[in-house]
Amino acid sequence: MRANYKVELAAGVFLLLGLGALLWLATQATDYGREVGREAYTVSARFTNVGDLRERAPVKIAGVPVGLVDEIEVDPVTFEAVVRLRIDQRFNDVPNDTSASILTSGVLGDRYVGLEPGGSPDALVDGDELLLTQSAVVLEQLISKFLFNAGGDKEEP
Amino acid sequence: MPLNDTPAIRLEDVVFRHGDRLILDGVSMTIPRGAIAAVMGPSGVGKTTILRLVSGQLRPESGRVLVNGEDVSAMNRKALYRMRENLGFLLQNGALFTDLTVFENVATPLREHRDLDEPAIADIVEARLDAVGLAGTGDLMPHELSGGMARRVALARAVVLDPAIVLFDEPMAGLDPIAVSTINALIRRTNDDLGLTSVVVTHDVVQMKKLADYCYILAEGRIAGEGPPAELAASDDPAVDQFMNGRMDGPIPFRYAGAAGS
Amino acid sequence: MSARWLEPVATAGRAGLFTLQMLAAIRPSMKQAGETLRQAYLVGARSLIIIMICGFFVGMVLALQAINALAQFGAADQVSLLVGKSLFRELGPVLTALLFAGRAGTAIAAEIGLMKATGQIDAMELMAIDPVERVALPRFLAGLISVPLLTAMFSAMAILGAVVFAIGVMGLDAGVFWSKLQTGVRFGEDFMGGIWKSVAFGGLVSGTAAWYGFSARPTGAGVATATTNTVVISSVLVLVIDFIMTSFFT
Repeated sequence: MRANYKVELAAGVFLLLGLGALLWLATQATDYGREVGREAYTVSARFTNVGDLRERAPVKIAGVPVGLVDEIEVDPVTFEAVVRLRIDQRFNDVPNDTSASILTSGVLGDRYVGLEPGGSPDALVDGDELLLTQSAVVLEQLISKFLFNAGGDKEEP
Repeated sequence: MPLNDTPAIRLEDVVFRHGDRLILDGVSMTIPRGAIAAVMGPSGVGKTTILRLVSGQLRPESGRVLVNGEDVSAMNRKALYRMRENLGFLLQNGALFTDLTVFENVATPLREHRDLDEPAIADIVEARLDAVGLAGTGDLMPHELSGGMARRVALARAVVLDPAIVLFDEPMAGLDPIAVSTINALIRRTNDDLGLTSVVVTHDVVQMKKLADYCYILAEGRIAGEGPPAELAASDDPAVDQFMNGRMDGPIPFRYAGAAGS
Repeated sequence: MSARWLEPVATAGRAGLFTLQMLAAIRPSMKQAGETLRQAYLVGARSLIIIMICGFFVGMVLALQAINALAQFGAADQVSLLVGKSLFRELGPVLTALLFAGRAGTAIAAEIGLMKATGQIDAMELMAIDPVERVALPRFLAGLISVPLLTAMFSAMAILGAVVFAIGVMGLDAGVFWSKLQTGVRFGEDFMGGIWKSVAFGGLVSGTAAWYGFSARPTGAGVATATTNTVVISSVLVLVIDFIMTSFFT
């Protein structure tokens, strides 16, 4: 019976050690508890072009993540991109005239949605739509516009 | 010898095949209650097969195997397990659980099939170990036992549930002469004390003459002879005579049966 | 009547039936739970040290390779993200399962094979004790429980290894290291996905080991074949199932 007790004790130590490692990894090495979880509300925004914005991309206010892109669809009637944003419930006092832009982190970094809070006294609630939006800047369009303008400038004088 | 109406074990015209090889070709035997019956024959003749048919680990191709009047080959798993609680089996070399102590080895069937508290289990186990002359060895591990002691522990384990029938597969094989005599005496004593029916498989003619009440001699898948050992020794049947007296020449072939005729 | 080419199909069938037999023997009993825990300790402790050592070095080498590759794009501070994601999703579960197969799987197969060779499995059957329930099932369940725990320990040691190399040796910033992990590694997809994988691998390896132990020929050579087959077949199965799980669930 003594030997049995030793094994039971060692089994307990092994299990606790394993569970400890599991817990440590989950809380320290993943976004557990930090992800935009169930406590979130959803708003939508329409863009003429989302560039290469992807689902799960971050949503930021003043450069700080407050949520993520939940879904990107094309409206079958207007052919605009409808982007649904999940915003953490902690930020439940964002004015309802906030504008959304699709921005790039760094020169060639990932796309994210930046929110610019407005001045309205009423807060955004679940299901609202952001009316002021600014589409993604697509590099090719920018370059061709620049080249076209530059060529035009030369011919004029 | 007390004879009940239903024999303890009865084989009726049993045929058994292993792959393409015919092992038993119409074997019938009747083992009365309370007897020690021996099944003898040269190695590889299917003696162990008979025990495994009785325990329900093998099923005959045709014929019936009756234990206490019930057909083993028709039993489902549950009925088979219930039947086995009433059947002790001493395997070749004892087959003790190597990671359990002697005490736990003998206690295992009790823990499994009887609802007893710890002191009651200890009482029974000690009594059984005492009966095989191994009182006080409960804390030893099987690897600390000699071959003869291990065989005796296995015997204690086989009868710990008070079965009505005990099957012995080569109980004397590989033991020194003193251990053989001890085991022999224990089989006889256990059989008579507990009112068992015993079936002993062996090829040891000398020991069998001392131990068995009744003998079956198996040769080439059939019963070559049967009767009390003294009668068999005097038999003039050539196969029986060859085996009982250990002659090389006779109807039992020297060669592997499958090679015959090639 | 039994064609040679049908034999693998029949073997697969027997292995499947064996699995069902094990699952059907699960009962909510203290005895079974106790034996399962005992086996979890035995198979877990057998593999713990080797898994922790391997985990540490895998973490270091991952960090080394990742820093080398990422530095070319000036993104060396992404190293923890790369190490974390590849560990949790693939390397942790797969390498742990392979090490477990080599360490504990072989032990299970050899132990059961030896019990068979010495008639102990037979003796159980004859005592009306179901050896599948008593011998195979606790080891199978123990694999199911202990492999995820071992995987967690492997990954934890690997993260530590990466910390030692990236922060200690290469001098990357510790705050950046942890915050990249904590914002970039998804708990649901990356971490739990890996844990589910490791549960599946645990059952796969210990189940394969128990099966080969039980179907071993009762001789020394038979036991040797059973242990070899356990390592080979369970390693292949782990990689195949890994591919299937990865392609279906991501």
